[in-house]
Amino acid sequence: MNLAEGVQLVSFGILSAAVLLSALGVVLLKNVVYSAFLLGGSFISIAGLYFLLNADFVAAAQVLVYVGAINVLILFAIMLVNKDEEYAEVKGSSVRQAATALVCLGLFALLGTMVVSTPWAISSETAAGNDSIVTIGIHFFTDFLLPFELVSVLLLMALIGAIVLARREFIPEIRGVDGQDDALMLPERQREMVSSSSSEMK
Amino acid sequence: MQLQSYLLVAAALFCIGVYGLVTSRNAVRVLMSIELMLNAVNLNLMAFSNYVDPKEIKGQVFTTFIIAIAAAEAAVGLAIVLAIYRNRDTVDMEQFNLLKW
Repeated sequence: MNLAEGVQLVSFGILSAAVLLSALGVVLLKNVVYSAFLLGGSFISIAGLYFLLNADFVAAAQVLVYVGAINVLILFAIMLVNKDEEYAEVKGSSVRQAATALVCLGLFALLGTMVVSTPWAISSETAAGNDSIVTIGIHFFTDFLLPFELVSVLLLMALIGAIVLARREFIPEIRGVDGQDDALMLPERQREMVSSSSSEMK
Repeated sequence: MQLQSYLLVAAALFCIGVYGLVTSRNAVRVLMSIELMLNAVNLNLMAFSNYVDPKEIKGQVFTTFIIAIAAAEAAVGLAIVLAIYRNRDTVDMEQFNLLKW
């Protein structure tokens, strides 16, 4: 990308600050709906970082798949399971959180020193730039053909698996019998009738 | 210098994801933390493909695969969260103890 050095530096600073702040918001905020929207902001900022790295196709795929599909899916899941519940206090949870924060800071220090001290073999070739999508297509249909086809099979499996997992299923002969062992019965709430809920709304 | 700064941002993002994964009580937030970690890995791959391998850009190919797999993971994970919410009527991670000894 033919941007001046200063423009690249300033946009890198703004985008990385946006990524890290919204990621912290995702993790730390109490309300999970705010977390979901901040997650979308984090994904969009990462797409901006991809533009700075000369990758227009992957940036577009990031916006389409992460913001357009995964984030919307997460929002729908929040709407389906949204319940204001007070979590019961667990003994020693503050100690656990402090220990986790310590471990994460240590991991970051380790990775940071490794990143700074390693002499990376930085190439001096010019980037593919606008030809990147052509190069990615050539890779997909020559040396990465088998993973490409396997990913399509995996997506089909995930589609069917998600439907099978999320479908409601009642087993009436177990539910109805009296004196049945409670351990065999999965407690499941009654299916809401569409007619009764619509009459309540009137 | 540029490559190192991208790698540092990715490392920070990964550590934030690990923290959220371990400490969250809400199951949906755990899935969001996993997405953050996958994005950190993607950022690493993209930085390497731009600075170390700018002609072949195999890192971008890998990133595309990871995006597809993350979509599959999110769909199956949220389906599992829905099913477990229906059975136990909560999304609190501390109460999911079916497999605890």
